[in-house]
Amino acid sequence: MGQVFNYIFNGLLYLVCIVFLIISFSKSREKTKKSLIKAWKSFENILPLLLGVIFLVGILIAVLNTQVISKLIGSSSGFLGVLISSAIGAITLIPGFIAFPTAALLLENGGGYMQIAAFISSLMMVGIVTLPMEFKYFGKKISIARNILAFLFSFLVAFVISKVMEL
Amino acid sequence: MKIFKKFIFFIIALIVLIAVLIINLKTGLRALNVIGFSFKEMALVLPPLFILLGLLDVWVPKEKMIRYMGEGSGIKGIILAIIIGSVAAGPLYAAFPVAASLMRKGVKFTNILIFIGAWSTTKVPMLLFEISALGARFAMTRLAIDIIGIIIIAYVLYVIVSKREVKELYYKAGNL
Repeated sequence: MGQVFNYIFNGLLYLVCIVFLIISFSKSREKTKKSLIKAWKSFENILPLLLGVIFLVGILIAVLNTQVISKLIGSSSGFLGVLISSAIGAITLIPGFIAFPTAALLLENGGGYMQIAAFISSLMMVGIVTLPMEFKYFGKKISIARNILAFLFSFLVAFVISKVMEL
Repeated sequence: MKIFKKFIFFIIALIVLIAVLIINLKTGLRALNVIGFSFKEMALVLPPLFILLGLLDVWVPKEKMIRYMGEGSGIKGIILAIIIGSVAAGPLYAAFPVAASLMRKGVKFTNILIFIGAWSTTKVPMLLFEISALGARFAMTRLAIDIIGIIIIAYVLYVIVSKREVKELYYKAGNL
């Protein structure tokens, strides 16, 4: 189900891209060529790091599968559970099609909203594995500060969501 | 040697993968499966994304971007940053090259940070996914806190980082 949304958005991205390309081409062949060269250059620039990140993320997701995650999070509650949840979320960037079903499974197996919210929030905002890429574009200091702030923020998100869900 | 240095991270990842395959074949194969999926995702998302960035670089004049999202763009710039980040497709690491493009166009630093935050948390396709998995109440609460949170985080980072560092970053973005 969720995958369908992704495909729809991906299709829209292509549609927008093609429309703009046609407009660009009809206005100036030269400028369109320049755009495409720029596009290729920036892609080439990021490719080596991207390959590394994709491999590492793949390995981590294979090790931290749904069962392992729910065991780690499900077994502990309270603040410790929140801490473990956000720590797992922080390590890697798990695609939504794994993350949300995992979260739903956790909920079914008695996981609290607080832990799940911490997991989802740090999962989305904090990425240790992708740090090398972030360094390249934002520098070390900003990247590290951003990830730490986002990590701390996930506790706040966990707290607020658990309160709202209890209402 | 230069190429080796460029790919060092990838080589390390490759060695780890081989080690995992040897230690536990099942886990290693699962990793390969996920890697395959990620490649598919990358192959689907990145080409149109980079082409759009190339077009943005060439066609949209810097002055125009500055007017909408640069210094003094105020709340308009913030809202635009959130919208651009929210309609995006693709994982967070695809947002970094977009951020570099925005830097080249003179977009205000806090707006770029807000854009990164929005890309990571308020993406519409993800949100729809989240609603179907965890319910609308959960998703909407998270969305509301996150919109406030990413703006606060952006301004905290802005305070932490010196003007000179930001300038350097923008300068470097010109070569990325």
